[in-house]
Amino acid sequence: MEDMIFYDRLQFAFTITFHYIFPQLTMGLSLMIVYFKWKYLRSKVEKYNDAAKFFMKIFAINFTMGVVTGIPMEFQFGTNWAKFSELTGSIIGQTLAMEGMFSFFLESSFLVLFIFGEKLMGQKLHFLTGFLVFLGSWASGWFILATNAWMQHPVGYEILDNGKFILENFSAIFSNPWLIPAFLHNQMASVVTSSFVVASIGAFYILRKNNIEYGQLFLKTGVAFGLVSSILIAFPTGDWNAKNVAKYQPAAFAAMEGIFETEEAGAEIVLIGQPNMVEKKIDNKIAVPNILSFLTYQKWDKQIPGMDQFKKEELPTNIPALYYAYHIMVGLGTVFIGIMFLAAFFFWRKKIYSFKPLLWTIMFLVPFPYIANLTGWYVAELGRQPYLVYGLLKTSEGVSPTVSSGNTLFTLLGFVGLYMLLGLLFLVLVGKTIHQGPKPIKH
Amino acid sequence: MEVFWFIIIAIVFAVFFILDGYDFGAGIIHLFFAKTEKDKQVIAKSAGLFWDSNEVWLVAGGGMLFMAFPTFYASVFSGFYLPLIIVLWLIVFRAIGLEFRNQFDYQMWKDMWDKAFGISSLLLALFFGVALGNIVRGVNLGGVENNISAYEGHFFFLPLWDSSFSPLSEHPGVIDWFTIIIGIISVITLSIHGANWIILKTNSSINNQLKTVIFKLNIALLVLTVISLYVWQSVRSDAFNNFLDKPYLIIFPLLYFTGLFGLFFIKKLKNNNYSFIFSILLILGGITSSLASMFPVLLPSTNGINESLTIYNTAAHEYGLSVAMGWGIAGFILLFVYMIIQKRLLGGKIDKMDYGH
Repeated sequence: MEDMIFYDRLQFAFTITFHYIFPQLTMGLSLMIVYFKWKYLRSKVEKYNDAAKFFMKIFAINFTMGVVTGIPMEFQFGTNWAKFSELTGSIIGQTLAMEGMFSFFLESSFLVLFIFGEKLMGQKLHFLTGFLVFLGSWASGWFILATNAWMQHPVGYEILDNGKFILENFSAIFSNPWLIPAFLHNQMASVVTSSFVVASIGAFYILRKNNIEYGQLFLKTGVAFGLVSSILIAFPTGDWNAKNVAKYQPAAFAAMEGIFETEEAGAEIVLIGQPNMVEKKIDNKIAVPNILSFLTYQKWDKQIPGMDQFKKEELPTNIPALYYAYHIMVGLGTVFIGIMFLAAFFFWRKKIYSFKPLLWTIMFLVPFPYIANLTGWYVAELGRQPYLVYGLLKTSEGVSPTVSSGNTLFTLLGFVGLYMLLGLLFLVLVGKTIHQGPKPIKH
Repeated sequence: MEVFWFIIIAIVFAVFFILDGYDFGAGIIHLFFAKTEKDKQVIAKSAGLFWDSNEVWLVAGGGMLFMAFPTFYASVFSGFYLPLIIVLWLIVFRAIGLEFRNQFDYQMWKDMWDKAFGISSLLLALFFGVALGNIVRGVNLGGVENNISAYEGHFFFLPLWDSSFSPLSEHPGVIDWFTIIIGIISVITLSIHGANWIILKTNSSINNQLKTVIFKLNIALLVLTVISLYVWQSVRSDAFNNFLDKPYLIIFPLLYFTGLFGLFFIKKLKNNNYSFIFSILLILGGITSSLASMFPVLLPSTNGINESLTIYNTAAHEYGLSVAMGWGIAGFILLFVYMIIQKRLLGGKIDKMDYGH
């Protein structure tokens, strides 16, 4: 039984990780496309329009990847987590079905119109189609976050004698106190990814001395969006989420912060160190006293329960993975703020286009917002363990009762092979599009 | 309320098979009939431009099934684990083929991905038919052996095949001679549909030849339909009881046969829209007749111990279903608006359409 859950979890983790490479870009990028199109409408300068169309091509490639890797996600609830689907389907099925109904149709219909319809519909309507694509992709984020928020902090349900969760209050699902902070944090994080992608392409064009004018536009726009969103993911949205975890999942909070022992008064914040699970301490620790209590409760001496306060079965199953995921996310978020401030400073001094080390840094920084987004989700998912529905349904109780682990391992290997091919295709398509660049500017 | 959602979900899946059906069909036609590079390219494009928005219907249908009939969703998706995952792989692989083909201007490269696109389309069409065959044939719910259930009564697990390949065996597999017949019917139906799509949307040089192809496939389809109706009866003795009890349900088989006979006039039809409508009727009639023959059963049980899954014993609770009806209606109105806008702006042949302009 233990083994069986392992492969099911690994398959879900692998496929969702690969899937989430794509939507995190499209959500943020759609906002920036709307911005470029809006700038064009205001200024009538052709390059903004071509920038919008160029990024919609990149959007479209990512959208396609999101669709083909998204279908397996939805199906896996049934194939690998049949018991979970049966017990909670009348609740999380609502939000997943609404996602299909209200966001995918909107996004896919207007994406086609945006790409093929510019001449047919005029500029104002073209802007509107772009805006609707943005709306669709953010709505999708909203429904997925609503689904996840319910699993993290279940509300509006009733449990029947046979163990089934049924919906008792529809609007409670959307006024879940977990939802708004998580949604805002997630959306801002996807804007970070798209800003870094846009800025990185800009730096690349400047460095290769081709499409320089676009390079400058992209770098400037990327840094502007990147600076604002990097700050917003830390404060207020990240802070707000951490407080929610401390309030609703204190065991997960202790594990992700690496607090093994409860301190008498204020809790320290661990910046660096590796969790040692045998001796139950952090090796080569660098920590600042009392800061965690202050950040979480605005009181220097507020006591925060450590892992010693919880029973083993209440604690997350993989504490080191949770701890690292959280610290990598926070660490990278801090680096992003630093780099974006530096870039903004060089813009202000009008030296950025000739300061090559910074351009190279920005260009090669592009994988890191992806890593930060994914580790952020690992924090949410590992922190919720050992539960699927927090406090109510264990992960081991949600797995398909009839699918053997041999079958799951086989399909996992198949997904790994196929997704490698898909990843290769993605790199070729995006690489060619970036290499080609937007329509050359006429002078 | 259960009936309302049953109808809605049936419509969504039927629309999925009608829409994605034409690009599966185009893939099959592409595999067997496209000879020149220009034809290959334009046929790949006639599928390539639309498949992802068509597959959105699959996502939507899956989500609604999850919401409205969670027990059925859980049971069927885990029970048909292997074929479903293989379908997912094929969907991904087909997309790779379509998108990869035009990346390098190199004949062998193009041929390779064309084959990938064609073969995965063919296999998908086959698997969807096999799936329908499995649903109407029923499964050994609860994994009953010697009158004892191995699992809870609504769960099961099917191997890909059983050594007898017989639908009448005690533990039928996914593939047996009955489900294969339904699979071949599905391949032929979707090929006809795809050929009609190509005629309608492109100026390929094989458009005239395709009309002859459709005519011949249609003869094969008629023969296979008659055979399948005969064996259907032998696999499930109660197969046609619903039609005898509620004669108005005959409307669904009538749709199918209207499509089937209409297509025999393919060469005389001036307007290509009509023949496309006939193949839509084929798909719509085929799916709705199968569902109507089983209603309210969703998955029959082949043993006497566990009862069949029906829309009533697998549905979500009343409150959830009625809330969903509210947003569902709003959603469909919106969807209808999108489709009208899209249709008005993007009608016509696709040969001249270009990305970004």
